Amino acid sequence: MFMTNPFDALTSLISADVMQMYIVVMAVLVAGGTILDMMHKKSAKYFFENAEKAKASATRTVSAGEKVGLAVGTVASEVLTSSEFCNTKRRISHLLTMYGFIIFVATSALMIFECDTIATSTLAQLWHIGAIMLCLGGYWFWFFIRVDVNSEGAKWYKLVRADIFIVSLFTTATFGLIWSYLQSGGAHGAVADMGWTTLFFVLFVISNTTLFASVLWSKFAHMFFKPAAAYQKKTTIADGSRENLPGEFDLSSPEVQARFPDIPEYMGKNPEYMGPGIRRESPNHY
Amino acid sequence: MPTFVYMTRCDGCGQCVDICPSDIMHIDKTLRRAYNIEPNMCWECYSCVKACPHHAIDVRGYADFAPLGHSVRVHRDEEKGTIAWRIKFRNGKKDMELLAPITTKPWGTGYPDLAAAAAPAGDMVKGENLYNEPKYVAMNDSALATLESNGLEIKEGVYY
Repeated sequence: MFMTNPFDALTSLISADVMQMYIVVMAVLVAGGTILDMMHKKSAKYFFENAEKAKASATRTVSAGEKVGLAVGTVASEVLTSSEFCNTKRRISHLLTMYGFIIFVATSALMIFECDTIATSTLAQLWHIGAIMLCLGGYWFWFFIRVDVNSEGAKWYKLVRADIFIVSLFTTATFGLIWSYLQSGGAHGAVADMGWTTLFFVLFVISNTTLFASVLWSKFAHMFFKPAAAYQKKTTIADGSRENLPGEFDLSSPEVQARFPDIPEYMGKNPEYMGPGIRRESPNHY
Repeated sequence: MPTFVYMTRCDGCGQCVDICPSDIMHIDKTLRRAYNIEPNMCWECYSCVKACPHHAIDVRGYADFAPLGHSVRVHRDEEKGTIAWRIKFRNGKKDMELLAPITTKPWGTGYPDLAAAAAPAGDMVKGENLYNEPKYVAMNDSALATLESNGLEIKEGVYY
């Protein structure tokens, strides 16, 4: 199962051209959905207006070289390692889901477009690994980390519109894996005869189409605007505007103590660490 | 004025939902981001603003401490044990920063040992004062309690 290209056996039922056309349609849907989402939420407009505001309260100019550095930093930190998550569990789950999705989608496209440069068995293995990673991250998030949007102890099976993205994501991977497993047990080229295989293939296509066609209604577009938001945040720190936030202060620093002389009076020259307050517990009481 | 959320900053972690004393910070069912469901019921306690790890929640301050149009933002850093405020006037020129420790005692150590405290005496049971309430904060028949009458004075800074 893991070494076999699951799309190979499909060619007897669906031609390679149709499969390739499907991939192109999905890519167009994602691009179109993202543009519509941007227009509907006015996110691009918001970003530019916000950037102008930040520029007006900047204390220094950020050079072009620095901007490139910030962009590289954003890619290396926020994009590649999801560093913005304070919750480690959410971060690991997000990394599993993100890399699983990228591997899964990329290998699907490569296998369907019959890429010759990488061995099919390698691609098939990666496709399965990607799907398993997606399942691990997705189910972990769904059952254990997901915020209860109803604040009323809603059950895991209660679906709301916010769940389109995550549910279609892990159902795509799950149905894909089941379909690949059932297909590997059956005779190649006889997909249409195998009821269960066909059923799971149809479910796989439905969840896949839902994932890529629902960009306007789901949070799919976050993969485009989150890096932009992270970059903007870094820029506001670099140019000193800091979104009007106060600076970072260290209670034991002599400069801070000179500026706020009441602090050493009741905390001493070397204030001790009092331990975490709010962060003693993760938020799960709703 | 009530809190509002910068949606691009929020990651839907639920810290504000958990801490809000009015239970009005909820997670949006479509976007999975926090928002204030009932702004009229927000009393600007700033709990969610301080708890938000991404500074995604902001409040437009009233005109009682700065002319309208100002920005009042807070950064609560548990690692450094600091809580810093910055008030910036709308002309952008008056820009103030304030700093205080979050606590002067280690977390979890300030609980009174009620089991070891003496049982309330007869007067205390019948009186208006709360159990163990310092007398100088209460109204009494003889006079209004003042700082001077209790030998206290206000000092600049945070003393508690």
